[in-house]
Amino acid sequence: MERNLTHIALFAALVAVLGLVPPIMLGSGVPITAQSLGIMLCGTVLGARKGALAVLVFLALVAVGLPILSGGRGGLGVFAGPSVGFLLGFPIAAFVAGLVMERWTAPVGLAAGVGAALGGVIVLYAFGIPGMAVMLGKTLPEAALLIAAYLPGDAIKVVLAALITRGIAQMRPGALLSRP
Amino acid sequence: MLTLTSPVETPLHGVRAGVKLAALCGFTVVLFWLKNPISFALAALIPFSMIASGGPVFARHALRMLRPLWPFLVLLALWHWWTDDLAQGATITLRLISAVAAANLVTMTTRLSDMLAVIEVLLAPLARFGLPPRRVALTFALVIRFIPVLAGRLTQITEAFTARSRRKPRWRVLVPATLAALDDADHVAEALRARGGAG
Repeated sequence: MERNLTHIALFAALVAVLGLVPPIMLGSGVPITAQSLGIMLCGTVLGARKGALAVLVFLALVAVGLPILSGGRGGLGVFAGPSVGFLLGFPIAAFVAGLVMERWTAPVGLAAGVGAALGGVIVLYAFGIPGMAVMLGKTLPEAALLIAAYLPGDAIKVVLAALITRGIAQMRPGALLSRP
Repeated sequence: MLTLTSPVETPLHGVRAGVKLAALCGFTVVLFWLKNPISFALAALIPFSMIASGGPVFARHALRMLRPLWPFLVLLALWHWWTDDLAQGATITLRLISAVAAANLVTMTTRLSDMLAVIEVLLAPLARFGLPPRRVALTFALVIRFIPVLAGRLTQITEAFTARSRRKPRWRVLVPATLAALDDADHVAEALRARGGAG
C-alpha cells in the first residue's frame, strides 16, 4: 500500500520534472512540451488507476501554487486560461492510456503507442478543444484549427511514449506496473 | 521549491483561503455571465484595481504571471482584426485576462500551507472511502521533496549521456529517468514501512 502511494508521488514528481525540460515554442501559444509525454507515461507505466491518481496529485499541486506546469506556470490562473481543457483532460488521458495497456494483450510497444495515442491525443484533445473554444470565445471547429499545429509534435510524443515504455519493459521486466 | 505566493504583504493575505476561493468562483461566473458592456468592463477591472493597490512590486509580480498569455492575446488580436470584429475580440480578451488575473491574485495572496488546508477540508468526505487526509498530505510532501531529486537525476543522466556519446541527448535519457522514479518509489516505500507505514 505504501508502494502505491510512493509510485503515485514519484510519478507526479516526474511529470513536474518533465515540465522543466525546455519547450519548443510554436505559433498560437500552447508550447510543445515534454510534460504531456509524462502524462502518457503515467498511464502506460503505472496503469490506469495509479496513473490517473498521479496526474491528479500533480494538478492539485499546480492549483495550490507550485510553478511546476511547463514554463514555470502554476497557481489557479492556469485553470482560468485557454489550456484549462487540457489540464482537466490530463488525468483522464492517463487513465485511458493505462486502460489500453492493461486490457489489451498486444506487445508492450504497440499497446503503449496505441494507449498513448488514444489517451494522450484523442481523449486529451476531446477535453482541450472545447476548453479552448470556451475561453477564447471561438467555435469548436475554429479551436480545433488552432490546435492542429500541435498534432505533429504529439504524434512524435506517442511514438516516444511507446519506445520508452518498451525500453523499461525490456530493461526491467517486472517494473512495468501496468503489465505485472 | 519556491511557490508563487507573493512575499509582499497585502490586505488580501489576511483573508481566509476558503473565502478567497469562493469569491473567485463567484467572480468568474459573473464575468462570463455579464452581457451589458459597461457592467462587464467595471467587473473586469476589479482584479486590476486590487493588484494595483498592492504596490509596484506586487503589480510587477502579477504582470509577470500574466505573461504566458501573450501568444493567445496576439492570436485573438489578429483573428478579430481579420474578421473585422474587434469589439468582440476586446471583450474576449478582457474577460480572459481578468479571469486569469483574479485567479492569480488568489494564488499570490495565499500561502501554500493554507491552500493545502483547503484541500484537506475538501477531501475530508473521502476519508470514509479509505483516503485519510494524512496519506494525501504525505503524498503531496513526497512530490515536493522529490521534484528536485528527480531533476538532479535527469541532469546527471543527461551529462552521462553527453560524456559517452557524440550525439545530443534526446528521448533516450527518459528511460533511466523513469526507472529512477520507479526505484526511488520502492526505496521510499521501504523507508515508510520501516517507520510505521503511511496510514
